Amino acid sequence: MTGAPGRAPRPIRSMAATIILCVVASLVFALPLRIAGLQLPEPVFVLVPAFAWAAIRPSILPPFALLALGVFLDLLWGAPLGLWPLCLMAAYGFTFSMRPSLSGQSFIALWAWYAAACTVAFVTGMVLTSILTGAVPSLIGVALQWLVSAALFPLANRLMERQTEADLRFR
Amino acid sequence: MSLRDGPLGDIKPPLAWMAGVALIIALGAALAVFVGDRRGTARGQALVTTRRAADAVVGPVGGVLSAPIGWVRQGVDAGKDYVFAGTQNRALKRQLIEAGAWKDEAVALRNENARLRALLGVKTDPPIPMVFARTVIDARGPFANTRLADAGAQRGVTEGNPVMSERGLVGRVTGVGPRVSRIMLLTDAGSRTPVIVGANGRAILTGDGGANPSLAYLRTHDVLHAGDRVLTSGDGGVLPRGLPVGSAVMGLDGVWRVALDSDASPIDFVHILLFRDFSQLVAPGALAPAALPSTSTGAPDVDASPGPATSSRAPAPAPAAAGAGSRR
Repeated sequence: MTGAPGRAPRPIRSMAATIILCVVASLVFALPLRIAGLQLPEPVFVLVPAFAWAAIRPSILPPFALLALGVFLDLLWGAPLGLWPLCLMAAYGFTFSMRPSLSGQSFIALWAWYAAACTVAFVTGMVLTSILTGAVPSLIGVALQWLVSAALFPLANRLMERQTEADLRFR
Repeated sequence: MSLRDGPLGDIKPPLAWMAGVALIIALGAALAVFVGDRRGTARGQALVTTRRAADAVVGPVGGVLSAPIGWVRQGVDAGKDYVFAGTQNRALKRQLIEAGAWKDEAVALRNENARLRALLGVKTDPPIPMVFARTVIDARGPFANTRLADAGAQRGVTEGNPVMSERGLVGRVTGVGPRVSRIMLLTDAGSRTPVIVGANGRAILTGDGGANPSLAYLRTHDVLHAGDRVLTSGDGGVLPRGLPVGSAVMGLDGVWRVALDSDASPIDFVHILLFRDFSQLVAPGALAPAALPSTSTGAPDVDASPGPATSSRAPAPAPAAAGAGSRR
């Protein structure tokens, strides 16, 4: 995915691979599967690139990729169109604005920043849903999805490491 | 010659600045999409078409991906049946003995019910046609609780059709494609369903993304008790009256909520009721003004006739009310 040693990295290809993985993972976790009578959790996989792209490689393409991924989530989950794009933009914008504070942080500290970005996304979703429906979404439901989404930070960390390695090779 | 080799190649705008501009443009686009979309209305036809097209693609994909899950489940069920055949046999025999006693009582009640209906001249509802569907995509998040079912307009499904599981109401259809339909569950934050609570209470079942939707605008003459039955009221004509929804429970936040009947079992398979409105429940001829019996001022049994309140509410809701009663 990062190309052969000595070759220039291909950020677009890497981004496309990330997008495809997010789409497939979201699709699989949206299947009506029950294990021992319990439903699968429904993490927001797209928050992983929303954080990693803003933290390591902010550029022109990631916001539009997140826009497309957000629309995909809305269509997949039957949410109002535009809800998840705005949530993802909020998380991306938050991480982007906090980018100077992220460099050189430890794994745990970065996890905390990632959880904060997830919080921004879910608070945005709560506000928008409240405006649309006139009712506040269940805090328990929001907390559960936030928890399983925040637990995905190792994936975001791996993505950031790959991007960092690719940048080093490029230099 | 590539752009980088030309004179423009020397221009190096700040990366962070360009990323910020891109973020603002994408944010504006997302906002435009959000404002342009209104769920459940006919506005934004392009977005509705997009949603239908996406459902048409996602439905078959979900069907293919969830097929192995069904096979595994069937295999597990078959294994359980084999292993626990003896236990199940004993339990079924016990249930059969118990059901025998209930059967006699049910036959007696059915006969009594038929006599009373004949006496009152009540016409029962015709059965509502339904289609059987399998759900292939399940969204369970706090902002959207929907499912995608593999039955659509080709099988007669239309927007607004109620959806039932084997135990109770699940939701209603909010989007229809040729082969798939999007079901908004009762737990969705945008779901509002008029219901009857207990004997005579009325409320709006309000979803919030949690497992137990709340009872908003609750009004009842009696004290509500945990476990009181909740049925659809049919108010507004969107849903038929008397569909089982669940039972009342007091939430941890002090708000009356509903434990949904449909939660008791997986809702992988659903019935979509092809219900349009109440005119479907009665023969068109029954709605025509019938010749009323001539009134006689000297009728000796005038005091024995139903009171004004009873007679005033008899004509319109009678078919629906009868349906509710028969379902109970």
